[in-house]
Amino acid sequence: MSQTLAQADRGSAAETLTAVPLRRPGLRVAAVVVLFLLVFLLEGWITNPRMQWGTVGEFLFSPVIMEGLRTTLLLTVLAMALGIVGGVVLAILRMSKNPILSQLSWCYIWVFRGTPLLVQLLFWYFLSAVVPTVGLGIPWGPTFVQAETNTLITQLTAAVLGLGLHEAAYMAEIVRAGITSVDDGQNEAAQALGMSRGQTLRRIVLPQALRIIIPPTGNQAISMLKTTSLVFAIAVPELLTSIQGIYSRNFQQVPLLVVACFWYLVATSVLNVGQFYLERRFGRGAGRGLPPTPLQRLRAAARNHREETAR
Amino acid sequence: MTTTTTSAPVIRAESVHKSFGRTEVLKGIDLTVSPGEVMCLVGPSGSGKSTFLRCINHLETIDRGRLYVRDELVGYEERDGKLHELSEKAVARRRQGIGMVFQRFNLFPHMTALENVTEAPVQVRREPKEKARARGVELLDRVGLADKKGSYPAQLSGGQQQRVAIARALAMEPELMLFDEPTSALDPELVGEVLEVMRALAEDGMTMVVVTHEMGFAREVGDSLVFMDDGVVVETGRPADVLGAPRHERTRAFLSKVL
Ligand SMILES: Nc1ncnc2c1ncn2[C@@H]1O[C@H](COP(=O)(O)OP(=O)(O)O)[C@@H](O)[C@H]1O
Ligand SMILES: [Mg+2]
Repeated sequence: MSQTLAQADRGSAAETLTAVPLRRPGLRVAAVVVLFLLVFLLEGWITNPRMQWGTVGEFLFSPVIMEGLRTTLLLTVLAMALGIVGGVVLAILRMSKNPILSQLSWCYIWVFRGTPLLVQLLFWYFLSAVVPTVGLGIPWGPTFVQAETNTLITQLTAAVLGLGLHEAAYMAEIVRAGITSVDDGQNEAAQALGMSRGQTLRRIVLPQALRIIIPPTGNQAISMLKTTSLVFAIAVPELLTSIQGIYSRNFQQVPLLVVACFWYLVATSVLNVGQFYLERRFGRGAGRGLPPTPLQRLRAAARNHREETAR
Repeated sequence: MTTTTTSAPVIRAESVHKSFGRTEVLKGIDLTVSPGEVMCLVGPSGSGKSTFLRCINHLETIDRGRLYVRDELVGYEERDGKLHELSEKAVARRRQGIGMVFQRFNLFPHMTALENVTEAPVQVRREPKEKARARGVELLDRVGLADKKGSYPAQLSGGQQQRVAIARALAMEPELMLFDEPTSALDPELVGEVLEVMRALAEDGMTMVVVTHEMGFAREVGDSLVFMDDGVVVETGRPADVLGAPRHERTRAFLSKVL
């Protein structure tokens, strides 16, 4: 009898016991030290009179820089669009049963991944020097329309071509990895239902491949946003080129580069958010549920808080 | 099964040969399946059952012999004494009359149960969405899953997924259904619900070829049983006869292992 009582006692004690996680004092000390160093550095940076914070503020929203930012975003969008479309085409060619098509795709990827982007940009820019006119017609036959390469390939088109065609080579590998990740049974099921190859690819395989394709594509887009700064070499007036234009006149390099960093950070942050929602959208059916959006998480936290205070 | 339809066989296989590289997997298969017949295909693993089933809807090409579905050669056309492979479009059209259910379900994971069922009618037959949805709900109801129409495959049990897969195949109104070990990937307690749906389908007069290890199902639902081994048909007969009194040593050896 007394034994059972003691057991019951222990049982209720176990219910009220709280688990204490292992304390790691060393980690706390390290965190404090790092934070202290960070504050020290930031303080020095912010209060440094040579930083010319006034200049930063003066140029942050200046029309020239806004225009540069617009060009940077436009370049990013166009180059990524070209890269994605080109990547899908290259990936499909690469997986084609026809050996010539798949070899062609392989060669493209080999060349465009194997040479520096800067060289490719300059190449497109100076194309008119080698090929002064381009025309549309029958090879070795009559030409129907003809144009000066110089008028066709402006600085902007050279930049989009350079960035986009280079990107296509990388996207091809990403798309291919996505497509091959889709179980072959999906293809068979679609074909058994009488769907054509095109329908199967468009309706069944690509939507599933997107789940694999989107995360690295988001990285590529963010990387592209920053890579557009390379086109200063062919004098396209994007963000960095505009910034350079300004500091070459007023010699306020560092404050203006801070302005550039600010806008690049803003833009990449926006892309990050977009990537999160895209991944959610194409993750449908992947698991038993979707991860909550930050807004949903905030609402859930607020609800929890209300419930707890109510108790 | 109504007797108004012609009694011409739904499937007629004549000396079907198929090799993968150097290994001959089908070494001359001859068999016929009549309208409304439920044929169960049994045999040891690797004997070529799946390959033969896949030849029927041209997921695999054949090397020699002839394979007719409703008097049409599957995937080929006979011209000048030769078999010419049909265009992708013509093959797709012929496949529409043949439903297939896979061992691993192969549902489209990015679509809900209902979307899985309506996909082919809308995309392939260009049915209006509303009509396809109405029929899709009807079909899901028929397999006992009307309340799951909005669920994604990952949210369904194996048995439920396989039943959706059956509804998906039925949506194209096939005259022939192929089942490749439809219950082999299921937990034992889920096998019954799938077999029940198949039994109902058989009772409605559907022509079916079922690769299975469920001898109880073969005995009760099957009209004929074909025992395959090593790429040949060893023995054919009524299920009760073959299972009860196998004539060949190989059949006996196999049955002693699975029964
Ligand atoms: N795509 C393929 N390539 C090469 N060999 C294959 C392929 N598919 C099946 N086989 C071989 O063909 C034989 C028969 O396979 P299968 O038809 O799947 O047998 P079953 O369904 O009776 O178990 C096996 O030896 C298998 O390894
Ligand atoms: Mg098999």
